[in-house]
Amino acid sequence: MPKPEDLLIDTDLRTMPAKPWMETRANFRDGTYSFPGAPKNLKYLGLANPREWSPTDEDWKLPDNWQEIILKGFKERLEKYRSFRLFMDICVRCGACMDKCHFFIGSGDPKNMPVLRAELMRSVYRNDFTTMGRLLGRLGGARELTIDVLKEWFYYFFQCTECRRCSVFCPYGIDTAEVTMIGRELLNLVGLNINWVIEPAANCFRTGNHLGIPPHGLTDMWEFMVDDIEDLTGVKIDLPVNKKGAEILFVTPSGDYFADPGTYTCMGYMMLFHELGLDYTWSTYASEGGNFGLFTSHEMIKRLNAKIYAEAKRLGVKWIIGGECGHMWRVIHQYMETMNGPADFLEEPVSPITGTKFENAKQTKMVHITEFTSDLIKNGKLKLDPSRNDKFRVTYHDSCNPARAAGLLDEPRYVIENVCNNFFEMPENTIREQTFCCAGGAGLGNDENMEMRMRGGLPRANAVRHVRDKHDVNRLLCMCAIDRATLTAMMHYWAPDVEVGGIHELLANALIMEGENERTLDLRGEPFKEEEESEDV
Amino acid sequence: MNAWTSLFSALFIVIALVLISWLGVGVAGTSLFGIVIPYIAIAIFLLGVVARIVQWARVPVPFRIPTTCGQGKSLPWIKADNLESPYNTWGVIGRMALEVLLFRSLFRNTRAELWPGPNVTYASAKWLWLAGMLFHYGFLIIVLRHLRFFIEPVPSFVEAISSVDGFFQILLPTVFISDAIFLIGATYLFLRRVKIPQLRYISLPADYFPLFLLLGIAISGVLMRNVWKVDLLAVKQLALGLVTFHPAMPEAAIGPIFFVHLFLVSVLLVYLPFSKIMHFGGVFLSPTRNMANVNRMERYVNPWNYPVKVHTYEEYEDDFREKMKEAGIPVEKE
Ligand code: SF4
Ligand code: SF4
Repeated sequence: MPKPEDLLIDTDLRTMPAKPWMETRANFRDGTYSFPGAPKNLKYLGLANPREWSPTDEDWKLPDNWQEIILKGFKERLEKYRSFRLFMDICVRCGACMDKCHFFIGSGDPKNMPVLRAELMRSVYRNDFTTMGRLLGRLGGARELTIDVLKEWFYYFFQCTECRRCSVFCPYGIDTAEVTMIGRELLNLVGLNINWVIEPAANCFRTGNHLGIPPHGLTDMWEFMVDDIEDLTGVKIDLPVNKKGAEILFVTPSGDYFADPGTYTCMGYMMLFHELGLDYTWSTYASEGGNFGLFTSHEMIKRLNAKIYAEAKRLGVKWIIGGECGHMWRVIHQYMETMNGPADFLEEPVSPITGTKFENAKQTKMVHITEFTSDLIKNGKLKLDPSRNDKFRVTYHDSCNPARAAGLLDEPRYVIENVCNNFFEMPENTIREQTFCCAGGAGLGNDENMEMRMRGGLPRANAVRHVRDKHDVNRLLCMCAIDRATLTAMMHYWAPDVEVGGIHELLANALIMEGENERTLDLRGEPFKEEEESEDV
Repeated sequence: MNAWTSLFSALFIVIALVLISWLGVGVAGTSLFGIVIPYIAIAIFLLGVVARIVQWARVPVPFRIPTTCGQGKSLPWIKADNLESPYNTWGVIGRMALEVLLFRSLFRNTRAELWPGPNVTYASAKWLWLAGMLFHYGFLIIVLRHLRFFIEPVPSFVEAISSVDGFFQILLPTVFISDAIFLIGATYLFLRRVKIPQLRYISLPADYFPLFLLLGIAISGVLMRNVWKVDLLAVKQLALGLVTFHPAMPEAAIGPIFFVHLFLVSVLLVYLPFSKIMHFGGVFLSPTRNMANVNRMERYVNPWNYPVKVHTYEEYEDDFREKMKEAGIPVEKE
């Protein structure tokens, strides 16, 4: 990796290649693409064309009739998704979206402009599915689906994090993420996918969570956390697992079980639920809310999501709480009930602590943890000492999916403002619905793709650097497990001295638990108060 | 296709259309250009637009996928933004109205710039919004003003529009204010396309063609009223004949510039249903904008939902039963 100050030295948003875009080929440069899905994972999921191959090979070992397969799939989806059909037809190429994508800003590659990313597919659409395109050919913006076009699709659809930022600015709401999702579905039909999507998907399918940890492995990890909590607070918490008849099922991204800093957020949930005396349970079967199907195909979303309602039914719970996760919430909010509902065996969620009815979740019966927690705080049900977090100067990253797919903007802020005293917003063009992606979502958060991640992460990191320099911010909060992993690398590169964490980690720091020791250490085992007291609050 | 090929191929086609009508009227006669072609054009336009909308409307919307641009509805004390993240029909209507009437999303536009450091900055960029407003509202007023040719007696609101529009003519002797607004908007949109490198790079002939066509229509209209004046009474006679299905060419001769104007309008009508100009219909159907963000509140049904292969709990327990028992995790079957 080049040094941060050198990475973008040749990047310029206004200089376009001399050659027209239809005539340039994708250049698979190291550090900007992800490795292909391993055959064993494809086989496990029953996906097409499992084989060893590499994007840099000339021959991608596709089935002979790959063109036919893709075009047939294309047609099917035009008939099944109005969004897709419409988004193929009504773009006026006004360019309002062109500089809204973090990957364009960080790479200067025009095919990362959302409009052109979608045109990669529209050109084929015109050629094969419209009269004008058929009649006029190139003049009508149409081109044939050649192997180079297919390779280009692979490169650029796996260079889109499906974050939907572009859609906020489009006058017709064209959502390039929808186009990318369908594009990836089509690629999957001929066995083109990336391992960082397919392996987690296969693992989730088999074990319920994306690293493939078997049930007993999970309980081991959870018990470690329980021990850590006891060391830090003196409180021994109990951990209900697969408990039948519990009132609430808790589902969270498994990313929080095994990697710092996610683990601290996970401990935060445990401490909160224990303190409330909540009648709830963890599940080893539904041990993952994150859904890598979202980056594969709609069918895969449904296959992986099915376990949540199935488990709720088996355990006989009344309703479900979901933890801090990005794409899990996109799936829960936009797809779950439609695909795997109706959830009529559950009851409308009511907080057992405050009696609040969660009207907004009365159909899915699934409540977001920040909705649950902000309600507790509002009703004065938690004893909090925000000064314990005084050494943190905090900013908040609206993870793309909860922000732009669900509209969860103020609940997390409410929690944050109640658990710490120093909260600073990043500039307004970069937060809330205009939030910038961590550049590692949608399966792109792997190491081989690091250069592209750092490029795409610049807009996010730049805004963090801004508040770091202006307000000495040293902690970036987010509510997504992928963010917690990818932003950590991002901050290390672009905005050193800023650490990443979840909301419920800070909540747990501030939480005064019944019977706790004199607490001097935060969840990371570091002193609440820094050695030399600074008086600048 | 090269950026300039896009521009010039579109320009040539429009020039050719002008020449065809200018010269063609003399050769093929006025009734072809004055009656036959307009009728065909209107028929294709109407059928085409209906067919396109029906074609879209028939495709199901399997999932509710609104893009939320504001706080969704949740707890009672959290202020929900019903216009940006609608939670009921009124919110959806409001959101669409803002979008369609005021171009809300374009109003949000910013320009990103990359500086050494590296640093990114965002500047407000409302010119596209402004030009879009001028262009579309100018066009709307012009169309409404034209109703005076088709309806007798002229409705009072058309009279009112025309007089307000014409009032400013005192200050601006050669064009109606709406013509000027429209021309300014269209010219800006054209120059923007040529001058901004990224936009030039993505532009197709289909982006330049409608602009040139509309510019041609506007310019021929302005010329016809101010330079090569045509007999407006005769024009009205022809127009009324067309709408009442008693088509006849008026006795008085109408200058060729009128037929250029009419022919370009006919071409626009024919082209419209098959082109990106259909965005005017599409925007109403766009699922990211016309759906309420009530996904967790209300049931939504996908008409083609189908069963898929899942990994059931039973299969899962079969895979891991012994290990689960060892770890003290409850199991279904001992
Ligand atoms: S903003 Fe929308 S209409 Fe404009 S170029 Fe982008 S996708 Fe097309
Ligand atoms: S969805 Fe996000 S990553 Fe994809 S094109 Fe739009 S802005 Fe870029």
